[in-house]
Formats: sequence, C-alpha cells, structure tokens
Amino acid sequence: MSKQGLPRRGPAVGSSARRTEGPEKLSGRALYLDDHDIPGCLFGVTVRSEIPRGRIKNIVFDPAFPWSECVVATARDVPTNVVALIEDDQPLLADGVVRHALEPIALIAHESRARAYEALRFVRVEYEELPPVLTIEDSLARREILYGSDNVFKRYVIRRGDVDKGLRESHVVVEGEYRVPHQEQAYIENNAMAAWWKDGALTVTGSLQCPYYVHKAMKRLFGLADGQVRVIQTTTGGGFGGKEEYPNMIGGHAAVLARKAGRPVKIVYDRAEDMAATTKRHPAVVRHKTGLSRDGRLLAQDIQVVMDGGAYVTLSPVVLSRGAIHAAGPYECPNVRVDASVLATNTPPNGAFRGFGAPQTLFAAELHWEKIAQKTGWDPLELRRKNAFREGSVTATGQVLKESVGARDVLERAVKKSGYVKKRSAYERWNRDPKKPCWKGIGLALVQHGGGFTGSGEVHLASRAAVSIDREGLVRVLAASTEIGQGTNTMFSQIAADALGVPREWVEVETPDTAKVPDSGPTVASRTCMVVGGLLRRAALDLRAALAAAAGGSCPKTRGGLQRAAARLCAGNKEKRFEARYEPPPGVRWDDTTYSGDAYAVYSYAAVAADLEVDKTSFEVRVKKITTAQDIGRAINPLLAEGQVTGGVAQAVGWALYENVVMKNGRMANPQLTNYIIPTALDTPPMDVTLVEKPFSGGPFGAKGVGELPIDVPAPAIAAAIKQATGVLIPELPLLPETIHRHL
Amino acid sequence: MTLLRPRSAPEALEAFEKNPGALPLAGGTDVMVLWNMGLLNGKSVVDLSRIGEWRGIKAGKDGVRVGSLVTHTELQRHPVIRREFPLLAQACALIGAIAIQNRGTIGGNIANASPAADTFPPLAVYEAVVHAASSRGRRALPFLDVFAGPKKTHLRPGELIEAVEIPYARPRPARAYFRKVGTRAAQALSKTVAAGLLWLSRDKTVAESRFALGSVAPTIRRARKAEDYLRGRKLTAESVGRAMELVGAEIAPIDDVRSTAAYRFAVSKNLFKEFLTCRPR
Repeated sequence: MSKQGLPRRGPAVGSSARRTEGPEKLSGRALYLDDHDIPGCLFGVTVRSEIPRGRIKNIVFDPAFPWSECVVATARDVPTNVVALIEDDQPLLADGVVRHALEPIALIAHESRARAYEALRFVRVEYEELPPVLTIEDSLARREILYGSDNVFKRYVIRRGDVDKGLRESHVVVEGEYRVPHQEQAYIENNAMAAWWKDGALTVTGSLQCPYYVHKAMKRLFGLADGQVRVIQTTTGGGFGGKEEYPNMIGGHAAVLARKAGRPVKIVYDRAEDMAATTKRHPAVVRHKTGLSRDGRLLAQDIQVVMDGGAYVTLSPVVLSRGAIHAAGPYECPNVRVDASVLATNTPPNGAFRGFGAPQTLFAAELHWEKIAQKTGWDPLELRRKNAFREGSVTATGQVLKESVGARDVLERAVKKSGYVKKRSAYERWNRDPKKPCWKGIGLALVQHGGGFTGSGEVHLASRAAVSIDREGLVRVLAASTEIGQGTNTMFSQIAADALGVPREWVEVETPDTAKVPDSGPTVASRTCMVVGGLLRRAALDLRAALAAAAGGSCPKTRGGLQRAAARLCAGNKEKRFEARYEPPPGVRWDDTTYSGDAYAVYSYAAVAADLEVDKTSFEVRVKKITTAQDIGRAINPLLAEGQVTGGVAQAVGWALYENVVMKNGRMANPQLTNYIIPTALDTPPMDVTLVEKPFSGGPFGAKGVGELPIDVPAPAIAAAIKQATGVLIPELPLLPETIHRHL
Repeated sequence: MTLLRPRSAPEALEAFEKNPGALPLAGGTDVMVLWNMGLLNGKSVVDLSRIGEWRGIKAGKDGVRVGSLVTHTELQRHPVIRREFPLLAQACALIGAIAIQNRGTIGGNIANASPAADTFPPLAVYEAVVHAASSRGRRALPFLDVFAGPKKTHLRPGELIEAVEIPYARPRPARAYFRKVGTRAAQALSKTVAAGLLWLSRDKTVAESRFALGSVAPTIRRARKAEDYLRGRKLTAESVGRAMELVGAEIAPIDDVRSTAAYRFAVSKNLFKEFLTCRPR
C-alpha cells in the first residue's frame, strides 16, 4: 500500500493507452452483426401495432403474397411469452392485446431481406381500438387503468427529517416545476441480433450490452438450462443504455424464428424502426418546494418526481430509483422528502439511457437554484457554495459521505477556469444594450452520480470476473462487461497488467461470450471500471501470488520467466483461472423497506459552466464553451475518461438544445436522423475538461464511475445560461429556438 | 425498377417521350431516399449522368448559363458564380452534407421542388430563368413560375430541365443577404431560408429590393408587397416595421416535425428586418 492507502499503480494505470480496438473501427475492418455472413441465414422482420391500444381481432396474411417462401411466427410460437426483466408483464409478441404503437405482433423470416420487407405489406392486423393513455397527465387522470389499480408501476418515498417542519421554519420557500422529454440513444449501429439452434441448444449473438441479461431471458422464453444457451457479443456500435434490455426482445424474436425455421435468423432494424420502436429516456415532471434559512442554507426539500414508463414495466423501477436518490442534488439538507412514481402509458416502453433517471431529476434540482436566485436575489453560485456536499455530509437517504467527495472541488475549478464570475457581470452589461445582435449568458450546474447498482443491487448481482493464464503464459481477462465504445477492453487490460506487474501488451481481453466468461453483471450504471475492474484487480492479484509461488519467490518479470511459471501453474491443464466475486465494502448498510442508507458505495461529482449566446433574430443558441471539472476518482486511462466526458457533454447538449421526440398518437413522428436532430461537430461546443482525481479506497487503484456523470450536468447549466441571456427561466427541455421564442 | 441510361440529351428526351412516368435521376440525393423506402419498386428510372450537354457553367455578357447537371459543389467553386452570385454560392455551401453537395445538381434541386430548398431564395432574387426541353421543343420559364406546390412543378410530362440562366444583377446591389435558419449548424433542413438584394438611390431611398423566403409556404415566395411598398422610401424604423408586416402577410408557414408556424412567422420577419437593417451577426 502506498502513502495514500491506495494500492500502488504500475506504468499502465494512469497512462493514456490508445484504444485496443480503435484502429479496427476507424479503418472499417471491424465487423458488426450485419457484416457477418451466417451460412443459411434468413432475415427476420417484425409486424408491429399501428395503434396505441386495442384488442387484436385478426391477423390477416393476404394470399396475394407467396407465404410458402416465408417462416411466420406469432405469440403461439413462443413457449413462455414473457420478456424476462423485473416483472413478467411484457410479452415477446402481443397476444390478443396491444398496449403501445409499434408493439411486435408477428415475425416474418425470408431468405431475401427485400422480400421480407415486401411481405410486411401483405399483413393486415384488425383491431378493436381502445382509448389510449398517451401522457403523464392522462395516466394521472386515471380515466383508463392500464396497470394495477392506479397506473403506478412503482413508487418510492425517501424521507429525511421533517419536511413540513423544515418548510414552516424557513425564511423563504420557493416552488418550481420542471419537465424533461424523451431522448433517443442514437447509437451509430441499430439494434441487431441473430440466433440459431443446434441439438436443442440456442446461440444468440449481436449488438448488446449485457450478455447475461439475454442469457436469462432466453432461458425463460424457451425453458432452457444454463448450458443450453450461449450469448456472444459482436462488435457493438454504441449502446448508451439502448442495448441494455432491448436485445432480450430482438434476440428473442430471432430465436423464435430460428426455432421455427430450423435455420439461423438475423434481425437488423433500420433507423426508422429502431428509433420508433425501441426504448428512450423517460420523460419526467419534477416539482420542487424548497425552504431556505435567512443565510441561504437549505432547510427543506420537498420533491415530487413523476416519470412516464411507457406500456410495460421493463427497467422503470430502477430508473425511478436512481432518479429519486439523485433528486435532491449534491447538497446537504436536514429535511428531505422525495416522492417518486413511474406511470403506465400506451407508448413504447421507456428504458435505460446513460444517466438512468438522474439527468431528469438533476435538471430540476440544478435549474431550481436559478428560480431561488430569481425569487431571493441571492447568487446561485454562493447558494451552491453554502450547501454543497463535503466530507461527512449526510445525503437524503441518510448516507454519510466518508471519502472522495469532490463536489466543492469541481465547482470551484469550473468557476475559476470558465471565468464565471467576471463573465456573469460582463454579460449583464452586454445584455442591456439593445443594439447587440445576441444575448449572452453563462450558467452553472453541479451534480453527483452514484457508481454501481443502487442500494443492495451489487450484493444481489454477486458479480464475478476472472483472469486466466494458459500454458504459454498468455494472460486473459474474462468478464461479461462489453466494449461499447467506452474503452472497456483497454481499461481492463491496464488494471490487470498493473495488478500483475506485467506490460499491458501481455494481457488480452476475451470477447464477452457466456460460454467463456463468468457473469460480471450488466454493462451499465457506471460500474464497469469501478466494480468489475475491482474484481479483475483482485483476480489478477491472486494470479500474481500463484505465479510468484510457482516461480519460487517473486512474480516473474520476463516473458520467459512468466511462461515457465505459467507452465508449472497450469500443471498439464490448458489454463488456470482465478476468479473474484463481489463483496460489499465493510460497513455498508441499506434498507430497501425505508429506502434509506448507503445508496451507492461512492459518488462521482461534476460541475459545468456553460457559456453561450442566443441570436436575437432566430433565437438559436450557440454554446461558445463548456468548462467542466469532473471528480471520477483515479483515472485509469485519462484520455478515455476525457473521451467519456466530452461524449457525454455532447449528448447532453443534444438533449438540452436539439433533440425533440415528436409524439403523435403514441408514436414517434420523426424517427429519422434528418428530423431528430443530434448535434454535429459544428454544433458541439469547444470543451475545457479537468479531471479531478479524488481517490476512492473501494475502487481499483482509486477509480470511481465516469460513464454517466458527464450527461447529468450540462443541460441545467445551459438552461441557466439561457435564463441569464434572455431573462426568462424556461423550465423545460429541449430549449429549441421555438421553445425560447414561445417563452419570450 | 427499370433503369434507362441515355447517352445524349436527344436520347434522354426520347426516353421520356416513351416513358412519361419515368423518374429522372440526376445526383440521386432525393431519389435514393425514395428507393431506400421501397417507393420506387417497379418504376422506371432514367439516369441522366451520361448527358454531357447539360454539364458546365458558361459565363456570357448578360449572365451565366448553368447546365442542369451542375452540382452544388461546382457552383460554390466557380469564380463567376462566387463573384456575381454570392448568395447562390453561400446557399450551395449549406445544403445537406458535403457528399450531398458533391452529388446534388441544380436541375435536380429545382425539379424536386422542395419548399425548403436552399438554392431557391437566391435563384428567386437573381430572377433566374429555367430552360426546359422535351422531344417536342424548348421553353423558358421564369424561376417562380416553375413551382406548383410542395414537390410539384409545372413541367409537363416528358419535359426535363436542361439549364438555368441567371442574369447579372446590374447595377450591382448595395446589399446582398442570405441566411438559412436550419435545425442545426450543418447537415440541416431549413426551417426558414431567405435571400435579399437591395439597391439604394442617391437620396438613400430604396430604388429596388428583392426578398425571397423558402420553407414558409407551399412554394418559394417573393415578398412582392413589401418590395413594392419600400420602393422610393427611406429605411426608417417605421417603414421597416410596415414592410415586415407585409412580409408576414405573404407567407403561410405550417407546424411540422421540424418547427412551428409561429416561429417561422416571427423569424422570417426578423430575417427581413436583418436584411434591411444589415445588423452584423
């Protein structure tokens, strides 16, 4: 152990090693699922509901099409018609009832992709339409009950202190309501899966984040044992949560068709189908009632969160949970109540998206400071300085923050590097001049993001990861965590190399394949580096000790020495494997019944100063600069970590300013990248990124989570800057020029 | 899909004479979208890429003649276009992506008749003339008379655009204005797009003004009433304000997935004001 009480790092950790798979992807050599020629493969397409809610009276296959060329599957062909996730309410194929537009009803496979699409034109579904519930307000009105007795998929209440008393004793109370919309993940590769059967065993392969989620779902659908299902990830063109749960669906579809056809089947969505039918970020309405003391300290936060879950439960309870826990922001307040619900509507299920509920509630929490500032005349920066977490602070769930609390550090760095204070006053003067062609604004936001699964989630997952060595001395990382563009493979090899004390080039990372790698849990929740990386470090340390013993003293430093020790260690076997299983850090306590305790092992922190202009002619916003500081613990690979930050900021700029899911009668009306606007390089602002490395003793080499944190923080800072520029606080996203024009 | 590939203009016109319902393929930037959506199954497509006569930009004494197969990239780079028709060069540089500019042609752009086409406001204020040909003969149409509605032209069956003639603006205008307000900084479709030319008399009154707006009506619109009103007037807060109202009355924007009618109204009028007051951006 080094002086800071952290494991000593070698030359790999902390170095900006280049991405292992980078050259393959850049040069176009990487093969995505659609590039793989699978012998004898059919192409599958999906018949989808055209209405948001109704009963299926009949599925008519027009005899004008030669159906003998096709394999057709409906609900009757699914042994257990359930997409296994949290609840069992979602069928793989609609059976008699449709609960959202674009719900899968039937599947068609054909040798020719063009003919498969052509066949779709010859299927007509006859419905008895039922009144749909399309919005949060509709669902709350409860004229139609879609789920349970009240349309509520899940509700959490977090309580600390006595909110009513806190509000009564406050010097000032400020209320606000904030609305955030859907967001499409817009990964570069659409959802795509293939499946085939051999001797009663199923293989599913494709573009996915969580091999063992798919594994579990396939077992359930077909009543198979562990060894009868194999799931293999292909090179994946991004996920952002959009391939967390959806591959269970499309993989199940491919498997059903393959089972009936007796041949492999591949399903690759085109962009329009992917955008319209698959999951999006949950829209939400968040209300704040905040009480402050005479000197600007938080006394009470009364927060209501309502999310739109869509037609099925899917992952909504856990999205809601993270949203609720993050709803109070990174501030200490003695009296907090968070009442959070997620509701059923007749829209395609919303699901995992980078940030997972936190961007929604943090937008409200952070923009609310502007509302408070507007009402009290207090400075939003000073208010944050007074209330931000420090070591020893207690969160809304009653968690004592014992270490690695960088909230104040990131705030001060972002403020200083952006010139926030000076610009804030300079822009006030600028905006008073009516002759200027634009208004200027600079706004702040500060957020926290918990690493890993919430509460007891990691204990339930009981993830495993392994490091193996073969007789030739080749070291392999064995984990189910997928490379989806974030740099998992590179980062894993850095951790394993330094734990072992060997060069990074000696370590290979195995493709996530359930026949080869243990269940390391899903690739989500900013957990891959912090949690799975930690397991790998432990496994690699065990291997190191075994190699040292085999070498008769210390771990070999030369290739030859390693090979000799490996040969002895394998003792005639092909390889020797060292596996580590998750163990909760000591002293962690969480109570699921009261929703209190240590919600996460640790939080990461980020601050943004957004500097922008609003054009007076067109109301277009041009972000001139995003200055951000992010406390992510020790950066295993600073370049990749910075890449996560810039990518997350760009995606958040999209959510804040451009991305507008237009819903008409429960379906997305703009499911094309022509009309669903994501930022191009020209729309992405210059960024100044500072990594603040407050080490965390429970993470490998001091690392915390970084995947989601960056997307939580830019949107409220942009909204705050637009408030300064235009003088109007607009409590909703996206801040399209149309939105700004409407509010002025 | 049947593909015909004529090697010359007469062959092409003959092909259309025989297949009046055929779809002409120039740069393909719109055709390929339809093809991808499966909307061209069973249709005849005539590939115009081998017709040499319809390529090239010829600068004459009174104007230029731009072959219908000239691409947006060629227009942007041509020195005469850049000098004489800077608004057209600017518009071409903002169409779609670079790849679209490399493929897309001026003739295809006009024949496609999108209300949001970015080259249309410049072509309208430069008062371009469109030359159409069929196996029966030729005719010239003033630019604005080409369009019948969204994606609809007055071109007759079998008629193809062979060239666009653009007269030099003489005397040179005192002010030339182009601005596209798209959904983002690049690779964007217009929510509203404007071009303007202004000539001033010695006494600072408006000698002539021309202003055109795209994406705010079924077809490209010239702001004729505002132009007439301004003639002979000085540009004061009052006259600009009145002219803005007149512009508002000449457009008919709609709500769609890209924008709202209210926004298009307001911003179109603001663009007109920006043109007249030439506020630096």
